[in-house]
Amino acid sequence: MHPAPSVIVFTTLSGLGFGLLFWLGLGLPAVTGWVAFVMFAIAYAMAVGGLLASTFHLGHPERAMKAFSQWRSSWLSREGCCAVGALVVMGLYALGAVFLGQTWTLLGWIGALLSLLTVFTTSMIYTQLKTIPRWNMGLTPVMFLSFSLAGGALMAGQVRLAIVLLLIAALVQLAYWKQGDMALAVSGTNLGTATGLGDRGEVRAFEPPHTGTNYLLREFVHVVGRKHAAKLRVISFALAFVLPLAILLLTILANTGHHVLPFFAVLSHLAGVATSRWLFFAQAEHVVGLYYGKH
Amino acid sequence: MTTLPGKTEKKLGLVIDLDTCVGCHACVISCKGWNTENYGAPLSDQDPYGGDPSGTFLNRVHSYEVQPLATSDKPHPAAQLIHFPKSCLHCEDAPCVTVCPTGASYKRVEDGIVLVNESDCIGCGLCAWSCPYGARELDQAEGVMKKCTLCVDRIYNENLPEVDRVPSCVRTCPAGARHFGDFADPESNVSKLTAERGGMDLMPEQGTKPVNKYLPPRPKDEMDQIDVLAPFLAPVAEEPAGFVGWLDKMLEKI
Amino acid sequence: MNIQQPKIDTSPKVSDEIRKTTCYMCACRCGINVHMKDGKVAYIEGNRDHPVNKGVLCAKGSAGIMQVNAPSRLKAPMKRVGPRGSGEFEEISWDEALDMAVGLLKPIREKDPKKLAFFTGRDQSQSFTGFWAQNFGTPNFAAHGGFCSVNMAAGGIYTMGGAFWEFGQPDWDRTKLFMLFGVAEDHDSNPIKIGIGKVKGRGGKIIGVNPIRSGYNAVADEWVGITPGTDGLFILAMVHELFRAGKLDLEYLSRFTNAPVLIDAETGLLMRDDAGKELVIDRRTGKLVAFDQKGILPDLAANHEGNRTVFQLMAEKYLDPQYAPDAVAERCGISADRIRKITSELARVAFDEAFELDQSWTDFRGDTHDKMVGRPVSFHSMRGVSAHSNGFQTCRALHLLQIILGTVEVPGGFRFKPPYPKPVSAHPKPHGKVTCNAALDGPHLGFVHGPDDLMLNGDGSPIRLDKAFTWENPMSSHGLMHMVISNAHAGDPYKIDTLFMYMANMSWNSSMNSGGVMEMLTEKDENGDYVIPNIIYSDAYSSEMVAYADLILPDTTYLERHDCISLLDRPICEAEAAADAIRWPVIEPDRDVRGFQTTLVHLANRLGMPGFVNEDGSAKYEDYADYIVNHERKPGIGPLAGFRGKGGDKVGRGEVNPDQLDKYIENGGFYVEHIPEGADFYKPWNSAYQDWAVGMGIYDKPEPYLFSLYSEPMRKFQRAAEGHGDRQPPEHLRERVKATMDPLPIWYAPFEDSHVDTDEFTVHALTQRPMAMYHSWGTQNAWLRQIHGRNPLYIPTKIWEANGFEDGDWAKVSSAHGSITVPVAHMAALNESTVWTWNAIGKRKGAWALENDAPEATKGFLLNHLIHELLPPKGDGLRWANSDPITGQAAWFDLRVKIEKSAAPAECDPAFPPIKSPVGQGPKELTWKVGK
Repeated sequence: MHPAPSVIVFTTLSGLGFGLLFWLGLGLPAVTGWVAFVMFAIAYAMAVGGLLASTFHLGHPERAMKAFSQWRSSWLSREGCCAVGALVVMGLYALGAVFLGQTWTLLGWIGALLSLLTVFTTSMIYTQLKTIPRWNMGLTPVMFLSFSLAGGALMAGQVRLAIVLLLIAALVQLAYWKQGDMALAVSGTNLGTATGLGDRGEVRAFEPPHTGTNYLLREFVHVVGRKHAAKLRVISFALAFVLPLAILLLTILANTGHHVLPFFAVLSHLAGVATSRWLFFAQAEHVVGLYYGKH
Repeated sequence: MTTLPGKTEKKLGLVIDLDTCVGCHACVISCKGWNTENYGAPLSDQDPYGGDPSGTFLNRVHSYEVQPLATSDKPHPAAQLIHFPKSCLHCEDAPCVTVCPTGASYKRVEDGIVLVNESDCIGCGLCAWSCPYGARELDQAEGVMKKCTLCVDRIYNENLPEVDRVPSCVRTCPAGARHFGDFADPESNVSKLTAERGGMDLMPEQGTKPVNKYLPPRPKDEMDQIDVLAPFLAPVAEEPAGFVGWLDKMLEKI
Repeated sequence: MNIQQPKIDTSPKVSDEIRKTTCYMCACRCGINVHMKDGKVAYIEGNRDHPVNKGVLCAKGSAGIMQVNAPSRLKAPMKRVGPRGSGEFEEISWDEALDMAVGLLKPIREKDPKKLAFFTGRDQSQSFTGFWAQNFGTPNFAAHGGFCSVNMAAGGIYTMGGAFWEFGQPDWDRTKLFMLFGVAEDHDSNPIKIGIGKVKGRGGKIIGVNPIRSGYNAVADEWVGITPGTDGLFILAMVHELFRAGKLDLEYLSRFTNAPVLIDAETGLLMRDDAGKELVIDRRTGKLVAFDQKGILPDLAANHEGNRTVFQLMAEKYLDPQYAPDAVAERCGISADRIRKITSELARVAFDEAFELDQSWTDFRGDTHDKMVGRPVSFHSMRGVSAHSNGFQTCRALHLLQIILGTVEVPGGFRFKPPYPKPVSAHPKPHGKVTCNAALDGPHLGFVHGPDDLMLNGDGSPIRLDKAFTWENPMSSHGLMHMVISNAHAGDPYKIDTLFMYMANMSWNSSMNSGGVMEMLTEKDENGDYVIPNIIYSDAYSSEMVAYADLILPDTTYLERHDCISLLDRPICEAEAAADAIRWPVIEPDRDVRGFQTTLVHLANRLGMPGFVNEDGSAKYEDYADYIVNHERKPGIGPLAGFRGKGGDKVGRGEVNPDQLDKYIENGGFYVEHIPEGADFYKPWNSAYQDWAVGMGIYDKPEPYLFSLYSEPMRKFQRAAEGHGDRQPPEHLRERVKATMDPLPIWYAPFEDSHVDTDEFTVHALTQRPMAMYHSWGTQNAWLRQIHGRNPLYIPTKIWEANGFEDGDWAKVSSAHGSITVPVAHMAALNESTVWTWNAIGKRKGAWALENDAPEATKGFLLNHLIHELLPPKGDGLRWANSDPITGQAAWFDLRVKIEKSAAPAECDPAFPPIKSPVGQGPKELTWKVGK
């Protein structure tokens, strides 16, 4: 798949943003006043920024309101509804926390749940696609959720929680890559089934339908060199997990500099997750590529 | 409405005969011509006279080489080349419909045609992502999703003579490799062809239940098989003199 | 579930009006329905009533709308202001342009008409352009046939009075086994596709003989991946097998061919009576009689005083073990067993699946047959056989195969389309007698019957610039367009003053040795004048050739013009019907351009040419449309056969009808006249057909004839080479004429094989045109160029692996003449010693209104750079033409190359500097919708 900056920014930022909102909704930390303002501002900037970024790839963003109508069947529609629900509920909750110094626990829990649900629906947009075996796996929502929760905890300053969740997310990431690398083969879809000619012999794409490119090739066929991908995986893993964990452990051991070091951990994590998301798209093989002899 | 109808009254679609398609691209361009002028926004082309021309097409013809495996009968089988037209298969279980967040994509209850209501389309591209066949293309000029309409503006069009109420690709196909009809009717031409020739689904494992069927190529190069009983011609004479004798005999019979 | 779906209009208005005319995207000439909205072209589809395409239409035809709006359309007459080849022009008025042209042409006509060389390319009005050239008085006219497929046309006409393609077609409704030889993908485009669909639909079999398994060969049930240039050998091996097994239609051979004709043992000429009729022995009486006597059965086995029949010579020749499958298998790249099986299958279907139509008919002898015997085997062949130096004989061999199986003009077999069948004797001979200020003594092109008909001056020098009808290529019925520029440049046989060309992209894909041609067109002599002094060119589009002309006469697009697809020319008939058609301006040009034929009429009027002006000097015709309606070639016979006579009710013969074009338009742009039932098979011998054809004006009298398995004209040339007669070949050609002019079909190795080191150049290199692209025309088409925007060299598995090629690699391809560096791609379904590419995708930068980085100009390439019009020197001090020695057909499929892996360059080599586009460039985006 084409690793469009808009979708990478969207899934990375909104995942972290809603992750942070989740923890804020649970009252971890239970902040009020200026501190709450800052934390909610960060969470909203990321969640809303991400959602806005996602509209950049629309052909007709002015019709975006129509996207709330099909929640009964469409995960994208559901995501829109959940996101708006989460933002509204958490907005009310934030109003209470920032301006009234109130923590409306029930509202917070509902908001947290909606935030998590938003991340889940986002992940399901990808997971539902049988056409992309690397996404069409149970581990995809697990990965999105674990990243969101870990990143959220990290940003919420829940150091011990973050350590545990980062460890879990790291393991999920490794499992996702391992399973993902086999997904296309396991799916059973190949040029033979794509053309129905597989039982006649070995099928090879000969002339493409057009010598030039087209929307399908630009959107769905992005071949990352294997070496390149392996290197990026190491970088992504180090930035998203290893470095933040090291920083957090250092913070605990040193027991000082409560804000500066974790700030770097967050930056590192953000960069790592963004790289992971780049790979999530760039390495995803859409089966339509088979028709063009790609993969 | 992006939920799929439980059942459609008709199942209109195409049979594409891979044994007959010569790969001429006539269907590709006829489709481009009709659908540029008709249903919805024109099919645009970017950089049409430049270094990287690219445009929206609803039907494209691929080609594949198949290398049959060697057998004792045929130790050196020749590779085969198969032309492969591909457009929307109007799936019964069309994932492109259910993923649509706005309801722009829908499958018609009356005939099963999958269409995009362009005025509702936000151009998110998710339907194209969900289609295993590459049947949908986002028009770069209009920002809406384009796809085969099965020429819904031809097949019922009372301004066209009845014989022309078929998709433009079918009407134009010089080799007659494309057939249009109702798969819900077991007596239709398309149902019969599918039954007789073993019409197949593309990517059945994707679970999309395509309506369009592909007829597989017939067996090829059978005269290249090692077969000791092959009917070679028996000589009438080994020598020119013998030939003249035979000729005389034969001419008497005329 | 409550499903709400949008209401859509399923019956929108399709168009305001349909205008029916004829396509021009190849020589197929299909009928098209042009849908108009607001006076503009909205959509083009096939015309269901049209005899050629019956409603279907290919990609090119459907993309016609993009030809009509192409930014490469020339806009106005232009004169060159920069050096030749630069593309720098200035637009001028038509008056100025015509004055310039007349200024060049008038003195030539007055002083030395041969100094004008007028050659047209993919011209579909050769009957008219030839008429113009004839009345101008120059002997130097031809169209592109010599470059294209003259072997096929001449081979067929000399053998059986017609050939494939527009001359004939398989009996698609009855044939059960269809065998194709060397058919490039575009040829006989839609009819052949329709036919293949019909054969497949009935469960019939198709055998494709072609080194490349693409297109029609991809759908063939059997693919014979033959080694290029060996088709004749394969065919003669099948002939050998059929003779050996006695699987021959003896009755057919005896009645309808010259197989039973006696050959004078001394001269090798056919024995004739005093009236010139061929003599046979009647098997029933044993008497020597003329072949056309009623009630006779000509005896194939006769021997009259030591003079044997053609058939006996054939048996002797083809039973020879040199033609045995085992002897040819390796050279052909086909196993002997497979040759035997295919032969056996041909014989099985021809004889065991023979059938009868319950239709009586009377032959030219007056004998009535109560049935028509059908043999459901048919053949088709085209350039793959034709474009070799052994192509003429190979075409003859293929016709021989058809004829011994008795499959020509019988149900289920191959059928002629009017005006064919037509014996060689009914065709004109070539003419070349030049008189200043007067017309030539007759049509330029024709069919020679022997050395006396050659176009030679008294001193043996060629009359024609292209050296057609000389000992180098005696039977060059279509002329040699590919030799015109190099001969004019070399002043051999003489210098010319003006080169006038139409639709011929000579500085690019329509020449061998394109780079060399560019140099010839731009070279100056010691005085600083161009060696070819003046060049006038007409084209509708900004092709590569435009830049090399001094004066441009811009043509219209095909929807803006009048044309006639005439029975006098290359018609569009069917086996069951005569048909012709017109083009008419369904839209008016939005530029200052004129149909080229109208421009020719204007020039002729200004020059006062006979045929075009009345005695008082007034113009006979105002424009081409006027000519189409009012011209009469013979009394009552004009360009169009339909709606003749005052009331438009006469067919074929009839007075001029001033409303003829309107009648054609009303009728859908064409006219069809069906051949009566019972007259539609056995046409060369069927009295009912012959009478019908006379009525139609196709013949002046019945012209029944025998198929010439033994070609007497060829024997006459061969005999001259053996030292007989006044006109004999020059010494250096004597042996070659003797060897190649065999009156019975033979095979010899392509000439390039004996001029280049076949151990070094081991690989055959071919081109074919894609079905979706017509030469260079498709490139300007925004839709088609997305399908074919560049062309790789396709490489078979063996060579691919031997060179360690991978996707994206490039190769240096060298011939004895030159080298190119091009992208490669792997193809398994390909003869193991053959590489190929799509023809004419590669473009010169600046042409066709494309931008300079167009893939056609950077990654597209021509194989033409590897092919020379002359063969490499072989040390005898002579340069032999790279042509068929009989017809002069350009032998571009003889090409041999070697392949080496190369580092990837930025673009293909050779790269030529850009030419300045005289029409600017196209838009950045197209959203072409003319309706609301």
